[in-house]
Amino acid sequence: MNTVKTKIDRRTFIKNTSLAGGGLVLGFSWLNSCKPKEAEKLSAMEMPEEWFQMNGYIKIGENGLVTIMSPNPEGGQNIKTSMPMIVADELDVNWKNVVVEQAPLNTDLYTRQFIGGSNAIRFGWSGLRMAGATARQMLKEAAAMAWGVPVAEITTSGGIITHQTSNKSASYGEMASAASQITVPEEVPLKEIKDFNIIGTSRKNVDGTKIVTGKPLFGIDTYQDGMLTAMIIHPPAFGLKFKSMDDAEAKSMPGIMNIFPIKVLKDDYVRQHFDTCTFLEVVAIVGKTTWEVMQAKKTLQVAWEPFETYTEERVPYGRSQYTMTIPAGLENSEVHTAKMADMATKKATEVRRDGNPETAFKKAAKVVERTYTAPFLVHNCMEPMNFFANVKENSAQLIGPLQKAELTEHAVAAQLGIPESNIDIQLTRLGGGYGRRSYAHWVMEAALISQKMKAPVKLVYSREDDMTGGIYRSTYHVSYKAALDADNNLTAVHVNAGGIPESPLYANRFPAGAVDNYLAESWSIDSNITIGSFRAPRSNFMASAEQSFLDEVAEAAGKDPIDFRLELLKKAKENPVGERNDYDAERYAGVLQLVKEKSNWGNGDTSLNRGISAYFCHNSYAAQVVDMRWENDKPIIDKVTCAIDCGIVINPDAATNLCEGGIVDGIGNALYGELTFINGVPQKRNFDKYRMIRMSESPREIEIHFVESDVNPTGLGEPTFPPIFAAVANALYKATGKRHYDQPFVF
Amino acid sequence: MATFNLKINGETKEIDVDPSTPMLWVLRDHIKLVGTKYGCGIAQCGACTIHLGDNAVRSCQLPVSAVGEQEITTIEGLSENGDHPVQKAWLEIDVPQCGYCQAGQIMTASALLKRNPHPSDTEIETAMNGNICRCGTYTRIKTAVKTAAES
Repeated sequence: MNTVKTKIDRRTFIKNTSLAGGGLVLGFSWLNSCKPKEAEKLSAMEMPEEWFQMNGYIKIGENGLVTIMSPNPEGGQNIKTSMPMIVADELDVNWKNVVVEQAPLNTDLYTRQFIGGSNAIRFGWSGLRMAGATARQMLKEAAAMAWGVPVAEITTSGGIITHQTSNKSASYGEMASAASQITVPEEVPLKEIKDFNIIGTSRKNVDGTKIVTGKPLFGIDTYQDGMLTAMIIHPPAFGLKFKSMDDAEAKSMPGIMNIFPIKVLKDDYVRQHFDTCTFLEVVAIVGKTTWEVMQAKKTLQVAWEPFETYTEERVPYGRSQYTMTIPAGLENSEVHTAKMADMATKKATEVRRDGNPETAFKKAAKVVERTYTAPFLVHNCMEPMNFFANVKENSAQLIGPLQKAELTEHAVAAQLGIPESNIDIQLTRLGGGYGRRSYAHWVMEAALISQKMKAPVKLVYSREDDMTGGIYRSTYHVSYKAALDADNNLTAVHVNAGGIPESPLYANRFPAGAVDNYLAESWSIDSNITIGSFRAPRSNFMASAEQSFLDEVAEAAGKDPIDFRLELLKKAKENPVGERNDYDAERYAGVLQLVKEKSNWGNGDTSLNRGISAYFCHNSYAAQVVDMRWENDKPIIDKVTCAIDCGIVINPDAATNLCEGGIVDGIGNALYGELTFINGVPQKRNFDKYRMIRMSESPREIEIHFVESDVNPTGLGEPTFPPIFAAVANALYKATGKRHYDQPFVF
Repeated sequence: MATFNLKINGETKEIDVDPSTPMLWVLRDHIKLVGTKYGCGIAQCGACTIHLGDNAVRSCQLPVSAVGEQEITTIEGLSENGDHPVQKAWLEIDVPQCGYCQAGQIMTASALLKRNPHPSDTEIETAMNGNICRCGTYTRIKTAVKTAAES
C-alpha cells in the first residue's frame, strides 16, 4: 500500500475547529452555493442538518451526504467533476452521495487554483488524493476510538466504516462529528490504482442539469441589488491611446450614470506575467442596464492619438524581471508578413546545436526546405469578458470567470490600494477560457469602475470590444530544412522559427534527439499588438509546421509517414542525440502505434485521403489520423481517429469530450482562424467576419483512444489541439494534391 | 419608455422599457432569466436563441416592441423539471464542455424537432449551423439531437 506524508501540503488540511461543532460552513456566494432543493435533486439524500468540516475539500453531513469543494475554476475541461472524483475515490464514498461546490479563491486552504497549461489535474492529483485519504483515515480513527478496536482492523467501503471481528459498522455521517475533532494524521495510506472505483469510470458533468435548464452559472449571470452595468470603449487601433472625449450627449441619455476615463494599471506597478494590458487607459460608461449603456456607447465621441514607444517592466512566471518594449506605430499585416520573411533569411539566436548541420547539408543527397506561416488568432470565448466588482472603502468582492485568480488578487489589490487579504474573489464557471481569461485587465477595469462609482458594478465587454481588444495568439513564421542521405536516412534538420511578437520555438522537442545534426534558431519582432496564451501556446503552431514538414520529408524519403516517425523515435529512444530532449520517445511512439492500429492505417483503401500527425506537449502525447473527402471544392472530414497518452484517465467520457473539442477547435482554426490588421485596426470585429467552425464543417465522427497507463495523470485541455492542424494539412494534400503552408487554409 | 405585457414561459410579465430593447436584454436585465445568453449581438452565434411561438429566433435581434401577443419560451421554460426530451438527451450524451452556448443549442434543437421530429443529418446540420460552440461539442450535439428524436 502507498502511504504519503500529509505534511507536504499541510496547509491544505488545516482544520477550522470553530466549524467542528456543525452548522453550515463558509459563506459561499449565492451563485456558487448549493441550495438545499438543488442538492436534493442532485444527490440521493436530503440535505443534512449539520455539516462537519474534515478539511478544506470535504465536509460531511450527519446523514452521510458529502460536499466536495472543487478548487480550480471550471472552463469546460470538466474538472469540477473530475477533481472531486479523485477526492471521493480516496475518501471511499458513493459518488451518488456527493455534491460538488466550486471553491472560492482561498490561498490558505488551496494551492494553485489556476487553470492553464493543462495542469489542473496534473498538479491537483496528489493533493486531492491526500484530501480524500486524510479524511477517510480520520473517520477510521474516530470509529476505532468509539469502538475500542485497533484502527488497522477497520475497513471502509462506499461511505460505511466496518470492524468485521466485532461486527460493528457505522456510516461516515455517524462518525463525522467525532472525526472532525481528530488530529490530522501525519501519514495516510493511499489506494492502489487497481482499487480505484470512481477514478477511471465515466461520471456525468455535475453542472449538467444546471446548464441544460439555464440556471445562473457564469460570471455574466451575476445580478445583485443596486448593481450597475458598465462597458468600456478602448482605442479602435493598436498604437493609439486616449486623448479626449465629448460625452455631453451620451451622459444625458436614459439610464446613464457616468462616463469617465480610467487608467487600468498604476504607472509604477510592476507587471507580473499575466498582467498584459493592451490599452492602458479606456473609457468607462456606467448605466442602469446593458442596452442603455450600449446605446450611449454609440453616441460617445472619443478622440484618440498615437502613443510614443514605451517600455514595461515585467516579472515573467518563474523568471527574472525584464524590460519589454512596446513600439509606437499603426501596424499592418502585409508589413508583418514581409518583415517575418526577411527575418527568416538572417542569422538568428542559436538555441540548440547538435553535430555539424552545415556539413551534413553539404553532404546531403536530398534537401527538403519549406516555410510555414500562421496569423494572429482570437480566443473568442463565447462568454465575452466580464466581471462583477463591489469595491468598498477597504475591501472588495469580485465575482466572475477567471483562470488565474491568485495572481489577479495581487494585481487588483495593487490598483485599488486595498490589502490582498481584504479582497474576496468568487470563481464562477467560465464560458470558455483557452488562455484568454488568464489576462485579467478587465477585472482591474471592473474594480476601478466600482471604486469610482461607490457601487456594485458588472463590467461586460461587447463581442466587438472582446475581439478587437488584443491578447491574441501571435503570428508566426518557421522555415524547416531537412537533409536525407543516399539511403533516405534523415541526417540533419534546421529549424528557424520566429514571430510577432514572440517566437514559437521549442528547441528540444522532436525531431531534436532523433537527428545527429540539428540546428534550432529563434527570433522575434516587437509589436504593440498584445498576445497571450492561446490553447497550447506556441505548440499550436510548431506542431502544425513540424508535422506537415515531416510528412513531406517522409514522402521525399519514400517512406510511410507513420513508419518514418517511428523510425526516428526508435533512434531517439535507443540512441538519443543530446540530453535535453523533453519527450519520452517510447510514449510518443506508443500513441503512433495505437492510432495506426485503431485507424487501420495502411489497409489499402485508396479511396481514403488520410493525414497523420503526432505531437507531445503539456506532458501528454497525441496522434491523429484524419480521413477526408473532397466535395464541391470543400473538405469533408469523415473521421478523426485519435490516440492519446495522458497517464491515468480520471473520467473517460468527459476526457473523450475534451479531446473531441480540441480536435474540432483545431480544425476550425486551421481552416478559418485569422485576424489581420490595417493601420493597427483589427479587420474583424464579430462573428459575421471572423469565421468559426460550424457543425456541418466538423468531423462526422471522432474516435478517441486512451493509452492504458498507471502513470500519474497529465493534461488534456491542450494536447489534442496542436497536432490536428497538420493532420488536416496532410489529409488536404492527399485529397487535393496540394500542400498547404499558410494558415488559414480556408475553403 | 413604454409598458409591455409579455407572455413568457406561461406567465405574463409587465415590463417598462425602451421599445427598441432587444428581448435578450429584457430577459436578462429586467426579468433576470439569465439562461438566454449574450454572444455576439448580431444574430451570428445563436447563444441567445429563444422560441417565439414555435419558432427559434435570435433574441438579440428581436425588439420587445415586436413581440406583441406572441408566446415566448426561454430555456428556463422549455420544461417544468428539466425533462424535455432534448434536455434529457443533452444530459445522457453529456454534451456540454463550458456550457455557455448550450441553452441556445437546445432551443434551436427543440424547435427543429417540433417541426421535424425525424430530421436527417443534413437537416440537423442546416438547423444547427447558426449556433457556434467554441468548445467544439458539435459531434455530441448531433448525437443528442438524434437521441432526442428517437425518444
